[in-house]
Amino acid sequence: MRLEGVLTAVRVSAARGTGLRTKRVGSVRVLRGVAGIVGFLGLWELGVLAHVPILAQIPAPLEVARAQWQLLHQARYYVDWLVSLERVSAGFLIAAVVGVPLGLLMGWRAKFRYLTFPVFEILRPIPPLAWVPLSIVFWPTTESSIVFVIVLGAFFTVVLNTLAGVRAIDQRYIRAAISLGATPPTVFRRIILPGALPSIFTGLTVGMGITWSVLIAAEIIAGKSGLGYMTWEAYVAGAFPIIVAGMFSIGVAGYASSAVVRLVARYAMPWTKPF
Amino acid sequence: MAVLLEAPARNAGTGAISLRGVRKVYDSSAGAVEAIADWTLEIAPGEFLAVVGPSGCGKTTLLNAIAGFDPVTAGEIALDGTTIACAGYLAPPGADRVVVFQNGALFPWKSVVDNIAYGPIVQRRMSREQALRAAHALLERVGLADVARAFPLKLSSGVQRRVEMLRALINDPKALLLDEPFRALDAISKSAMHEELLRLYESTKKTIFFITHDLDEAILLADRVVVSATRPARVKRVLHIDLPRPRSPLMTASREFLDLRAQLTGVVHEEAEKALRRGERELA
Ligand SMILES: Nc1ncnc2c1ncn2[C@@H]1O[C@H](COP(=O)(O)OP(=O)(O)OP(=O)(O)O)[C@@H](O)[C@H]1O
Ligand SMILES: [Mg+2]
Repeated sequence: MRLEGVLTAVRVSAARGTGLRTKRVGSVRVLRGVAGIVGFLGLWELGVLAHVPILAQIPAPLEVARAQWQLLHQARYYVDWLVSLERVSAGFLIAAVVGVPLGLLMGWRAKFRYLTFPVFEILRPIPPLAWVPLSIVFWPTTESSIVFVIVLGAFFTVVLNTLAGVRAIDQRYIRAAISLGATPPTVFRRIILPGALPSIFTGLTVGMGITWSVLIAAEIIAGKSGLGYMTWEAYVAGAFPIIVAGMFSIGVAGYASSAVVRLVARYAMPWTKPF
Repeated sequence: MAVLLEAPARNAGTGAISLRGVRKVYDSSAGAVEAIADWTLEIAPGEFLAVVGPSGCGKTTLLNAIAGFDPVTAGEIALDGTTIACAGYLAPPGADRVVVFQNGALFPWKSVVDNIAYGPIVQRRMSREQALRAAHALLERVGLADVARAFPLKLSSGVQRRVEMLRALINDPKALLLDEPFRALDAISKSAMHEELLRLYESTKKTIFFITHDLDEAILLADRVVVSATRPARVKRVLHIDLPRPRSPLMTASREFLDLRAQLTGVVHEEAEKALRRGERELA
């Protein structure tokens, strides 16, 4: 017993030790990341300067930076950002608020799953963009049809990951909870929900990524504003550096929104390793 | 580490488990599997009973029936005179006979202290604050206060198992049902766990139904060791262990222990051979 106590003490202090080390390793990792980005930009600039075949057609990083600088001085640019962010947030939130409970219910209640799953499997393979013509006809405003297509993009991934998460929960946890006196609603709230969370967040993260690709395409097809529309407009106007600056903005926006999901995940699941 | 559990234990004299002609047949699409043939045994209140038997002989099946997870096909199981399982009836699982699982089942999403406080909270037997205070007190008593806020998967399996036993004991159950709780542990942590379980048992005198493959463990811990026949399970032999209490892992070297060990090995060996031969037949 005493031995075990000592072992525990050693383990705890070892854990503290790694905590410190992770911080140092973390800053080295950030430096590596920055070095990677700088290296990538450098190679690109060099490639353009050296007239490497395909690269030479692409605006060089410095040109793009100048275009980006110009954009930063236009009110329109910020409006495009806001409009895109609004569409994505609305679509993503609707997909999550409807999709997560639906997935939980499908996972928990077999009869409900048998009823709904086939419908799902028929609708799921239809690419979200194939819905664009119908939804333009169907929804009163262009805006609502764009949001609808975004919802569809994230929805199926969110539902299916939630469902899989519930199904993958080890029976042991449910039995342990019941054995400790939990009633079915408690099992749902305290075992099924947290047990499925890692999978739910995987669904949300992937769903967030899909959301942006759908948004950009939808804006190009049907929009009058937003980052996707801005990029397309630059193409039509032949302003190539702006095209790349637009792409860059979309990348930043996608990255930032995934980071938000990851942040929420880390806060909601303190027991898992951050991913 | 003096007294481990001073929590008010249930009155002595509760926790009698009667198994009368228990039979279990699994009906699956692959055909019927008779897991338990006929199991009859009276477990006294406060007794430490160990069950050993070949792998797949039906030990977990029996535990699941006592726990209320799986119905029996025939026979009857009673806890303190109240029927908890018979053909066509199964009392729902409850905290009067808490299970500690074969592979451990601490909730990974709850900290150690929240895991322990879980039972009293969901049973609404204590307020959240009371339950957490009781959980902290338990951890303090067994010298695990350091890990109260840690998440289970960050701990060694030995510590996880200790926490899991506390999570069961805080409910002051009539009986503890342990399904090979120390199977995955290395020899050193296992010996430490034996010492701790002996102390917990000897200070609380809960009825313990303990499944194991480890003959030394069975003899060291139990008042009686039941050898199960190979599937379908039935009571093959009951061995009384008269080693004095309090026991300690040092006793495994004593003359009496070695005698018991030799006896038990003989009986178990017979069943193991049968299981092996049957396995060969099934494969042929
Ligand atoms: N749900 C089930 N459906 C069908 N057969 C089952 C089921 N559960 C267990 N069995 C079968 O019943 C028999 C007894 O299983 P059980 O898990 O009770 O054995 P055990 O003695 O606990 O084995 P181990 O020592 O390996 O844990 C095995 O042959 C097993 O395959
Ligand atoms: Mg088993």
